Amino acid sequence: MKPAPFAYARAVTLEDAFGLLTEHGDAAKILAGGQSLMATLNMRLSEPDVLIDINHIQGLAGIEDTGDTLRIGAMTRHVDIETSPLVAAHAPLIALAMTHIAHPAIRNRGSIGGSIAFADPAAELPACAIALQATMHIAGRDGTRHVAAADFFRGLYETALGPEEILTGISVPKIASGWKSGFMELARRHGDYAIIGLAAHVEISGDTFGDARLVFFNAGDRPVSAQKTAALLRDRTWSDDLADQMAESLKDELDPPDDLNADGPMRKHLAGVLVRRTLAPLAAPLTGEQ
Amino acid sequence: MDRQLDISLTVNGEAVTRRVEARTNLVDFLRYELGLTGSHVGCEHGVCGACTVRVDGRIVRGCLMIAAQADGTEVWTIEGVSETGEIRDLQEAFVERNALQCGFCTPGMLLTLSEMMERFPDAGRDEIREYISGNYCRCTGYQAIVDAVEIARAKGGSS
Repeated sequence: MKPAPFAYARAVTLEDAFGLLTEHGDAAKILAGGQSLMATLNMRLSEPDVLIDINHIQGLAGIEDTGDTLRIGAMTRHVDIETSPLVAAHAPLIALAMTHIAHPAIRNRGSIGGSIAFADPAAELPACAIALQATMHIAGRDGTRHVAAADFFRGLYETALGPEEILTGISVPKIASGWKSGFMELARRHGDYAIIGLAAHVEISGDTFGDARLVFFNAGDRPVSAQKTAALLRDRTWSDDLADQMAESLKDELDPPDDLNADGPMRKHLAGVLVRRTLAPLAAPLTGEQ
Repeated sequence: MDRQLDISLTVNGEAVTRRVEARTNLVDFLRYELGLTGSHVGCEHGVCGACTVRVDGRIVRGCLMIAAQADGTEVWTIEGVSETGEIRDLQEAFVERNALQCGFCTPGMLLTLSEMMERFPDAGRDEIREYISGNYCRCTGYQAIVDAVEIARAKGGSS
């Protein structure tokens, strides 16, 4: 299908974009990479009057090493994150996630800010942001505010962004020594939305786990951090017994939805499968370091 | 604000200026305004890959970008890269190995594979399949397409 008619406005500065947002209110939509937005427009699931293109605003794209963190601009495209040596070295979880995001032609265009601001519960990057305790940078007319990833996602496609605010970037703490990341998702076809996926960021010393963050996606209306299950890892070494306990715990802790791809009980089962497949290699570096 | 706007871009090496509706997507612009019907329209929501074209050196979905966003860019379509001979080895390998039947996916497949051969010249069969996972082919079962990449590479690799 073709989208309903709309007007197009190219913002060159954030001020431009705020002006357009004020002028058009709810009738406007921000166009970042457009890889989700254009599909919803083509299917007429959304019919905005105006698209505000932020692709030409200077300073919104790029990856910067700021010492303890990497600051990734909102308009940084997936392919540039996928191929970034900085991301590979300091945010391996994001590097691992990238190739699971759709397909090359979509990663060439889609942006990290768009993915996070859209807040699709099946998206990879929101889960990574929570697992890494990233900070979202949000600009409005009155200045910039900073929101922890855990507080940013509020529900199905709902975020902490106000109607006249723009996500300008995300800061990701660099991986600390003694921590490892693992990422896996289950999909019927590579690049499709995951039936369920896991972003794992764990502390491991020798073969003993410490702190752990296990964030599932497409397991609820927003990314779900399974804190109770993650806590089972503390001071333990990897074993089949531990994997079984975690899988059992996830059945209580998760409440995933039913849809055409899988029902809730199947997703709960798959969550246990993901924990096993993701964590076992992290615990056995000689056989499969990630 | 206007729902029509003027855009200027380069398509297959030629400068083009047109007035377009804001809602016209890039692939419809190429097909209906410029008559470049080699890029196909399949699903129109970014799943099938038939509309793949190259914008500023990178492949994109022609249905997930509006023509207005192509203002100031350099666009290459299957017509352009066929004429320059850039992907000749791959095209010949497709013919040799029967890597197409109805041909609907082929232009998008070729542009995707040419990017892959440039970015990952040593890609194995699994990686080739992963790279074209966003390009649907309902005829070949992909086997012959993957074979064709290997044949093209063995011939000296111009993608």
